[in-house]
Amino acid sequence: MNQENSQEEKSFWEKLLSIDRRIIFLFIAAAIAVPLFFKVSMHIPVTPVVQEVYNAIESLPAGSKVLVSFDYDPASMPELQPMAEAFFRHAFRNDLKVIIMGLWPQGPLQANMALEEVFKDEDIRAKNLQYGIDYVNLGFTAGNEVVIDRMGHSFEESYPKDGQGTPLSELPLMKGVKNYDNVDLIYSLSAGYPGTQEWVQYAVDVFHVKLAAGNTAVQAPSMYPYVQTGQLAGVLGGMKGGAEYETVLGIPGTAVRYMFSQAVAHAVICLFIIIGNLAFFSLRKRKRS
Amino acid sequence: MRREVPLVLTAMVGLTMIIAHFIPPFNILKDMFEDWFFIIAAFAIYLGVLNLLRVNADKIYKKRRDWPFGVVVILGFLVITIPGLFFSGGRSFSELGTPFYYLYIHVYYPLSATMFALLAFFVASASYRAFRARNVEATMLLVAAFVLMLGRVPIGDWITAWLPEGYRLGNAADWIMDFPQTAGQRAIMMGIALGVVSSALRVILGLEKAMGGD
Amino acid sequence: MKIRHLLFFGSRFNLFFLIFFSVLFSLFIFLTVEAEETPELEDEIPVAVEASPASPTNVTAKDIPNDKGGAITVSWEKSADDGAGANNVTGYEVLRSTNRDAGYEHIGNAAPGATQFSDSDTQNKVRYFYKIKVLSFTGTSVSLPSLPAFSKRQWFDLSRLNLFILALVIGFAIFYFISRAKGGKELYIRKIAGLEAVDDAVGRATEMGRKIIYIPGIMDMDSMQTIAGVTILGRVAKLAAEYEAKLEVPVSRSLVMVTCRETVKEAYLNAGRPDAYNDNMVYYLTDDQFGYAAALDGLFLREKPAVVFLQGQFYAESLILAETANLVGAIQIAGTAMPSQLPFFFAACDYTLIGEELFAASAYLSKDPKLLGSLKGQDVGKFIFLLVIFAGVVLLTLNSVFEWSLPNLAEKLF
Repeated sequence: MNQENSQEEKSFWEKLLSIDRRIIFLFIAAAIAVPLFFKVSMHIPVTPVVQEVYNAIESLPAGSKVLVSFDYDPASMPELQPMAEAFFRHAFRNDLKVIIMGLWPQGPLQANMALEEVFKDEDIRAKNLQYGIDYVNLGFTAGNEVVIDRMGHSFEESYPKDGQGTPLSELPLMKGVKNYDNVDLIYSLSAGYPGTQEWVQYAVDVFHVKLAAGNTAVQAPSMYPYVQTGQLAGVLGGMKGGAEYETVLGIPGTAVRYMFSQAVAHAVICLFIIIGNLAFFSLRKRKRS
Repeated sequence: MRREVPLVLTAMVGLTMIIAHFIPPFNILKDMFEDWFFIIAAFAIYLGVLNLLRVNADKIYKKRRDWPFGVVVILGFLVITIPGLFFSGGRSFSELGTPFYYLYIHVYYPLSATMFALLAFFVASASYRAFRARNVEATMLLVAAFVLMLGRVPIGDWITAWLPEGYRLGNAADWIMDFPQTAGQRAIMMGIALGVVSSALRVILGLEKAMGGD
Repeated sequence: MKIRHLLFFGSRFNLFFLIFFSVLFSLFIFLTVEAEETPELEDEIPVAVEASPASPTNVTAKDIPNDKGGAITVSWEKSADDGAGANNVTGYEVLRSTNRDAGYEHIGNAAPGATQFSDSDTQNKVRYFYKIKVLSFTGTSVSLPSLPAFSKRQWFDLSRLNLFILALVIGFAIFYFISRAKGGKELYIRKIAGLEAVDDAVGRATEMGRKIIYIPGIMDMDSMQTIAGVTILGRVAKLAAEYEAKLEVPVSRSLVMVTCRETVKEAYLNAGRPDAYNDNMVYYLTDDQFGYAAALDGLFLREKPAVVFLQGQFYAESLILAETANLVGAIQIAGTAMPSQLPFFFAACDYTLIGEELFAASAYLSKDPKLLGSLKGQDVGKFIFLLVIFAGVVLLTLNSVFEWSLPNLAEKLF
């Protein structure tokens, strides 16, 4: 009887160890999708790296110019779009002037999508923001880090016209904005190359600009060395970073809403790891005995 | 000549860019090379598009394996490009309300985001497979992964709410991110930077075979 | 050690290169050297004029150091009404003239609270005077003019001196070890497991009668990682030709396709199997990141390769590719210098080349003395970094324990 039981147990643990991936995928799908139907508010503590980003923008006086680089595509939208929308809300509420650009072709389009969302807010609409006066979208220029380097000398060399074909000299906001000396902060939203790392290497190190960033969760850890050395004012990492930013701003949005879903998914992955290790140790013990 | 001219050009441009970093007057040459790079980078985008069309047209014409997918690729290209170029009503194609923008939001964005979302599933299956406490190092990796996965979401603090402030899972995750993780990243980045310097020097000196060197 | 031996692309072009560069440099010196006259700066201080709102004070202008000239920084103390007072400031205008008393033109703006402006449109050796005009809802007022300033070119960027010295040391080390290696000296390189496994992996593919799929990353030929990946491809292709294994190289960029075709063709030629090479072995899929990943996933699932090489620059698609290859039972040998993707490869692949191991691969596989020498030179750089980090840690630790004033020294040095 004992031998039969141990035979069943053995095959159970072995089966568990070599479980079909599709079962794992099903559980993950459920862990992500089901919580979306529940409105659970979670306490989101704000980490210092995110607080620094908030402080960098909050400390700018009204009328300051912020250059925002949209360096991501729709694939990274779930992580970075909430950061973009939160930033626009923060900037427009503080009467900052925003200069949008993109090193990725899809970047300026992502900016337009974020603006479309933000302009639905009553208080932002009440400000009656004007294109060319309160914000501009310079569009995309090919050239990667060379664009960053050239903009240190002159924006017009990289962007003679904005995304709509208007010469920069005809845009009131761009009058007197020659290069990085005339912007007060650069905010980089990045999902890869070119992105925040290139902004640090070519703008911060060469032209000593102040830079804050929002990155995908995978890329954010690579930015921590730059935050520690002061090359980066702060970094928002993934949807959690976006949720923290929305929290400190006091305007909960998409990122906060989806944190419950992410939390459950993480817990399910941890559960699977525990199960996997239990199976591993059980089999190892059986082999030894 | 076919091999030597590109090598000499590479060497000259590479060395000029390095020298310009230390001797400011050389920035005039550096700016000129960067202008050339702008032009080449812009044309490289067209080259990619033309190549995509050429490869798939060739596949369709010669009825190679999976040639119907070539038709799908070319049709998809035309469906996106023609509205963007000709049906934007005089506005920029990327402005709100244009047909291109509509296709971008309702076709390109869902497709792109779906592929990226696959990562969630693959992370789960890779974690299940890889995070086994086989030895001391693997156990440390496992513990760190646990702490970070739970500590980076609110559930970690919720589980350890009974601990005093500053000693919860979230704080542990932050500590791992700020110290061991950053130290490791920094070390890898330094090694990579040196590797890039050495590789670049080999390319400039014509030693790298892949770039036509010896 | 002759200079000629350090340049490797043929003595005829050494000469061409040296002459061209000498001419270029001489032209530069000739065209850009100007007389070293220093215009005299005057000392008298102009009389103040009251204005409302409160005008900015203490306007100073000075040359921006370590540049090619043409730029002056203007600084001032902001208006007393800036952020307070009855006449709240809405901004500043920067005015410039070559004459202290007249002819000021508006050259730029600054936001409220600003205390600095960079004028990057000056002519060298020309004296400029600056005034700052403050704007508010109730009116404007203008500051006193600054003392004159002129921009000038610096021939060396002193702020980068430490980097220059480091670059010279590392460069010299690389050249030194290359010449030693060429002189026949054996250079030790530790084993890199991923590269040692290449031979076995290709052999496995031959035995199983299944393909080898080689992915050289998703970036273009301007990436050093792609170049490193293509170099390893040469070695893998040569082995595949020798072992008569089937090789497939789907790429993401057209220039990479062209380079890979040449590399594979040459490898097959060197292996004595030019007949086995076919242009269709290397083919282009798409530039789009996830389109490429989707196409590769489909390829892995249909073809069930024996070995998958992932060598180059990858981004988010790395885990998708690694997991799918694992699903079909392929051996995976990965290598990337992307810190964010290394953990995925490390967890999912059988062998991983971490960071600089990818760049060392070309030297490791070819055992070429010149390339091995460059690796040793690289190690000198790493050793210097280690020494500096150690020294910094010791100094800062001593200070925190004994409260010495050494941090000032540490901060200055590092």
